[in-house]
Amino acid sequence: MNDMAKVEPVPARAIPAEPVPALRFEAPPSTSLWAHARHIVAENPVTGLAFGLFALILLAAIFGPSIVPYDPLASNTNAALQTPSRAHWFGTDQLGRDIFSRVVAATRLDFSIAIFSVALVFLMGGLAGVMAGFYGGWIDKVVGRVADTIMAFPLFVLAMGIVAALGNSVGNIVLATAIINFPLYARVARAEANVRRDAGFVQAARLSGNSDWRLLLTQIVPNIMPIMAVQMSLTMGYAILNAAGLSFIGLGVRPPTPEWGIMVAEGASFIVSGEWWIAFFPGLALMIAVFCFNLLGDGVRDLVDPQRRN
Amino acid sequence: MLRMIGQRLMTTIPSVIGVIIVTFLLTRVLPGDTAAYFAGPAASPQAIIEIRSKLGLDQPLPVQFVSYVAALVKGDLGTSLTTGQAVTKDLAARLPASAELTLAGLILAMAVALPLGVLAAVKQGSWIDHLCRIVATAGVSLPVFFTGLLLVYVFYFILGWSPAPLGRLDVFASEPPRITGLFLVDTLLARDFETFRGALAQLILPAVTLAIFSLAPITRMTRASMLAVLGADFVRTARASGLTDGKVIGTYAFRNAMLPVVTTLGMVFSFLLGANVLVEKVFAWPGVGSYAVEALIASDYAPIQGFVLTMAILYVALNLMIDVLYGVIDPRVRLEG
Repeated sequence: MNDMAKVEPVPARAIPAEPVPALRFEAPPSTSLWAHARHIVAENPVTGLAFGLFALILLAAIFGPSIVPYDPLASNTNAALQTPSRAHWFGTDQLGRDIFSRVVAATRLDFSIAIFSVALVFLMGGLAGVMAGFYGGWIDKVVGRVADTIMAFPLFVLAMGIVAALGNSVGNIVLATAIINFPLYARVARAEANVRRDAGFVQAARLSGNSDWRLLLTQIVPNIMPIMAVQMSLTMGYAILNAAGLSFIGLGVRPPTPEWGIMVAEGASFIVSGEWWIAFFPGLALMIAVFCFNLLGDGVRDLVDPQRRN
Repeated sequence: MLRMIGQRLMTTIPSVIGVIIVTFLLTRVLPGDTAAYFAGPAASPQAIIEIRSKLGLDQPLPVQFVSYVAALVKGDLGTSLTTGQAVTKDLAARLPASAELTLAGLILAMAVALPLGVLAAVKQGSWIDHLCRIVATAGVSLPVFFTGLLLVYVFYFILGWSPAPLGRLDVFASEPPRITGLFLVDTLLARDFETFRGALAQLILPAVTLAIFSLAPITRMTRASMLAVLGADFVRTARASGLTDGKVIGTYAFRNAMLPVVTTLGMVFSFLLGANVLVEKVFAWPGVGSYAVEALIASDYAPIQGFVLTMAILYVALNLMIDVLYGVIDPRVRLEG
């Protein structure tokens, strides 16, 4: 991060640019990101827990399918509906599939849906918002109108409608999740780009003969990245929750595939007869993942917020 | 006041137009041949062409849009293939069930969240403040269908306190005469207390599920805005003038703190109307949400489109009501409007 970014407070919507207190410059000028991360974690152990959980989820997503004890798709009717035991940590479902293996293997799919939808909405919403904030005028009006129209729907209902119309596939779940988050990203990016449009460093870059596109990519975008990163980690949890909700009602993911939402749906009918573990463990995994991403959002905010960097 | 409502009504028009355009696009422009779908899998190409011209799908898009809007104005949302009924009729029959559930959930959530948020702000740093923080963090992480299933397991299977999660009434009970469509109200009007108790027993778990879900944003907002108001000058003045704590918190602070909370209700409704679908599926609740889910499974598109449109219009109307409520609470909005 260069010195310019230190002078410019990132949540500039809320705080008018105040003179930077002289105290800040007495801090060691170059602390590494890693040292700073350690400081944040030491200050708030909950953030440490969130980063630890995140690492665990990441490992499960990468290596999960290859390290699980059983084939997540292999059914074994002799071992159907077994309670959690040493052989089957999370028990088995109605087809005798090992739930632990399925829960771990499902991480990759759920995590990818969240990552891809967040990446997609970051590109769509971020680009639209930055253009709207930088140029204003008709682009601003169009982006604002599109965002307003999306916000006029109850978001989960809109996602249902989109997946139903576009066709029942995982790709469309990603797209629908991205679309319902569009207003959020577009608005943040717009506000952040708008306050920087006429900032001194942008004017200076413009006077040195840079084109609009260069200004956007080298001056505006790098400076709004921190707040977008916070936004992305905050929406990850919502994206996973939304995708799992859609597959719970039978959209997107097809039955034999291990995925948390659909596994909860499969176990739902067994709850009333007391086989709790079928729905419980995938639901728990989902809950932990969402909880982790929500905490992580706060952690990332601490990490990138220049106000707290010292 | 009337003028303000009128002006606010004008600003909802673009939202409604946007909603109608989006639902139209969802039905027409996207992949999948609607005519082939309506003709059925065994139809000949000739039959598909006939159906296409009967449905007006061979017309240019703007013409189709005009006839779509014309049908909407007449309240025609098409026919459901699974029930064989007009979608409007189906939705109207099932809407009260969803409304009863959503309202019960919202009232429960407010009944817990408002006192919790106020107490957390008044006694900052106490155990109730910590409880408030836990509720706010846990509430947003809980998948609503998972909470519902956990509640069913604990209160139906283990404790046996609540009835089986199968709809609004016990299979053997008969529905009360339909006046409002809300069973709790209708049974009371008919003085049928046994059915009232039965309907209430069925309603509690799904309503609690929805309430847990919407607790987090309301609690967090109440706490934050109450804290802001308690630090304001007029509260200090009220205290300095020797008013009792009850008067200062209840009359001076609370009413002012409610403004941001009422604004948050718009977002809460967006969550609630979506969560409703999931909760209805878990509890086999015969509302519009489970109607849409059944239609989804049967690839029956007209009910889904009708459902999305109805929910969107309802949501726009709810936001309008919230704004009007805002004017009732805050006289300044009325004067400016």
